Amino acid sequence: MNLTLHVWRQKNPTASGNMATYKATNISPDMSFLEMLDVVNEGLITAGQEPIAFDHDCREGICGACGVVINGIAHGPQRATTACQLHMRTFKDGDEITIEPWRSQAFPILKDLIVDRGAFDRIIQAGGFISASTGSAPDGNALLIAKDYADRAMDAAQCIGCGACVAACPNASAMLFTAAKISHLGLLPQGQPERHRRVVRMVEQMEEEGFGGCTNIGECSAACPKEIKLDVIAMLNRDLLTASLKGVK
Amino acid sequence: MTTTDSPLTSVRRPTEYVASTLNAKAPVGPIEKKWEKHKFDMKLVNPANKRKYTVIMVGTGLAGAAAAATMAELGYNVQAFCYQDSPRRAHSIAAQGGINAAKNYQNDGDSVYRLFYDTIKGGDFRAREANVYRLAEVSVNIIDQCVAQGVPFAREYAGYLDNRSFGGAQVSRTFYARGQTGQQLLLGAYQALSRQIGLGKVQMFPRTEMLDLVIIDGRARGIVTRNMVTGKIESHIADAVVIASGGYSNVFYLSTNAKGCNTTAIWRAHRRGAFFANPCYTQIHPTCIPVSGDHQSKLTLMSESLRNDGRVWVPKKAGDSRPPHQIPDSERDYFLERKYPSYGNLAPRDISSRSAKQVCDEGRGVGPGGLGVYLDLGDAIKRLGADTVKERYGNLFDMYERITGENPYEVPFRIYPAVHYTMGGLWVDYNLMSTIPGLFVAGEANFSDHGANRLGASALMQGLADGYFVLPYTIGDYLARGGLAKADTTHPAFKEVESEIAGQVNKFMSINGKRTVDDFHRELGKLMWADCGMARNDAGLRKALQRIPELRAEFWENVRVPGSADDLNQSLEKAGRVADFMELAELMCRDALHRTESCGGHFREESQTPEGEALRDDENFAYVAAWEWNGAGQGQNLHREALNYESVQLATRSYK
Repeated sequence: MNLTLHVWRQKNPTASGNMATYKATNISPDMSFLEMLDVVNEGLITAGQEPIAFDHDCREGICGACGVVINGIAHGPQRATTACQLHMRTFKDGDEITIEPWRSQAFPILKDLIVDRGAFDRIIQAGGFISASTGSAPDGNALLIAKDYADRAMDAAQCIGCGACVAACPNASAMLFTAAKISHLGLLPQGQPERHRRVVRMVEQMEEEGFGGCTNIGECSAACPKEIKLDVIAMLNRDLLTASLKGVK
Repeated sequence: MTTTDSPLTSVRRPTEYVASTLNAKAPVGPIEKKWEKHKFDMKLVNPANKRKYTVIMVGTGLAGAAAAATMAELGYNVQAFCYQDSPRRAHSIAAQGGINAAKNYQNDGDSVYRLFYDTIKGGDFRAREANVYRLAEVSVNIIDQCVAQGVPFAREYAGYLDNRSFGGAQVSRTFYARGQTGQQLLLGAYQALSRQIGLGKVQMFPRTEMLDLVIIDGRARGIVTRNMVTGKIESHIADAVVIASGGYSNVFYLSTNAKGCNTTAIWRAHRRGAFFANPCYTQIHPTCIPVSGDHQSKLTLMSESLRNDGRVWVPKKAGDSRPPHQIPDSERDYFLERKYPSYGNLAPRDISSRSAKQVCDEGRGVGPGGLGVYLDLGDAIKRLGADTVKERYGNLFDMYERITGENPYEVPFRIYPAVHYTMGGLWVDYNLMSTIPGLFVAGEANFSDHGANRLGASALMQGLADGYFVLPYTIGDYLARGGLAKADTTHPAFKEVESEIAGQVNKFMSINGKRTVDDFHRELGKLMWADCGMARNDAGLRKALQRIPELRAEFWENVRVPGSADDLNQSLEKAGRVADFMELAELMCRDALHRTESCGGHFREESQTPEGEALRDDENFAYVAAWEWNGAGQGQNLHREALNYESVQLATRSYK
């Protein structure tokens, strides 16, 4: 199949960017979206131009490195699918495809489709962990965890930190990302001692990074390649309220 | 191709050896006491002095993140580096199936000794006993540590930890978190690391690639890196350097590794004097999604845990092109169950992969191009119900459907082997220190624990064992012994390496040839897969050894790297990695050529039994081959570390 691409090109963080148009020819429906970009890039290099820079690594939907807005949708049209797992059979011959980076003040663009998601790391550094230093752990079965709690914790823990939730949100809020970690750890007995400190610190950091506020629109969850549900945000809000009632700082 | 009924006598050609100077430093004494004794014998660094030392950590996967976090918890200063934009993305994250531990929670006869024995046997008796025993010993602590961090392992309804079985074992000792065990373990280590970054004990350098190692007075003292956003070449000094940068499967271009996985850190260390051990030991994973076309950029693995409930088969008749559901049971060949009745579909990876290749070579492969076999969960869906199967493997079913467009609840998976893991790596002693004092190597980057073949669910175990429970002790011992001169990054050794690196970068930017980096990489990969892949022979390896230097020469004259060096430049990053793969490829072929036996993942067609099974040659090859760099174009010297088995008896590996 043959396609027309409109791609955001930006040389560096300070340069101003623009949309550029490219032809993608002889594309196989079995290619992944990123393999289609590989083909376009090989052509650009051979023609003496700079290839389109985009983040990617595992290409199996788990590392969270890739992520672009495809025709206005974070990670593209297929639900629960990262850009690297999106296959060209989703598109038709002759389609025009618009490809843009994540757009959020908290994710500055580094080049073309690559953004800096360091803000997510700093939210985790602020409190997204259980302080269990190596060596101090009791036997794994000393702590019984009911299956439904373990399963719900796992549902939240599946977050790959790709940033699609921020890109999809009209407010560019990072609530789904932050709340997924709050829920993962807060649902487990190991996570209880630091539960309220954790939520206060993580939310503080989230706000400091310049993410917008959450107005419960739900675009984040719809765009999430791991289908993390909105109820994690409810849990965050409940924990935050409890923390403030308890005066936790 | 050789026929299976007339194995050629192995062609032994003399190899030049350097008198072995390799001392593994494994403690003496009974195997179950070695680690305990060693821990007591090691020197300690006073708690107040730990903050005076800095350790560099290259790579933040399971081994690197675990070591960085633990060293920082102990009080050391850590500088950690990764090429990804965040340490959370290291390729450990893609491990699906699980992590082994000798907990014996299932009361099915497991023990530290059995895990040790299974691992030694699984590695085809080519691993160092003392290291493997220690691995089995600390495996139980890993599970405890991960639970404490909040890793949401699968649980039974009563709240106890659940287990599953895995290839190469007859006990159920694998802990898992759905099909995302690697992700959850890595996030555990990443969170522990993040905590230390927040506390200021770890300084994190994402999007920063180690390009060389710096040695002062014969000791590893630092690294030179390139900032992948600004292009800046920078020096970093420390008291010890740890490389935990993963494996080199991407030398084959197509592998299950992430696109960025590379050999540069270990290869540059090798060029600075670290011996490279057993480079030819590569693991071909049996359950990957087959290649769909020339555009293929990577291969995707489906956890071998599917083999727990899946049955592997091909049609009995060659060229049978009926759709799978029209082939009656009597006309299917469940070849693993037929050949290995006691392990069946759970035969180890190397054996399963080779069996799949054999049936495809016989013309019985399925799918486009005939390079595939069925992995059929139809029986399991009937027996357990679709819901149970979905709970166990749902994400794998979804992934398969996204990639192939086929629904595996209705048609069986098609699978084919793909390069997945490299058992070889930098040689290390019992302390995980390389032949360069002060340079430690952990996880897949070292050669230490898996011999010639790694068992499923053992990579996660080794990465975390090295990071949480081994390096924090052995690095302390090294530092406590002192003798490090004061130095900083203005030292001439740093300046010299910096200018070499800058020279290489300028060279890439100035060649301005006609072929892209990927084009060269793909050619190298095809060549390696054909001649140094699942089956190897004398003629093929010699052909590759002739071709690789030609390809390398062309690369340095005809590669095109567009853009600027002072900028984010993905072509430049790849060019440096491919340059190193080109050198490594040659060493892999030399190692494969010299080892005329078959063992584990290394199958020499000249060395097989009449039934086509791998034939080991313990008399001549019960050693670790460690290669020493002699300079560009000079070939490497071979050093040997003899493998002495005190606790287990060398035996023919049988899974029949």
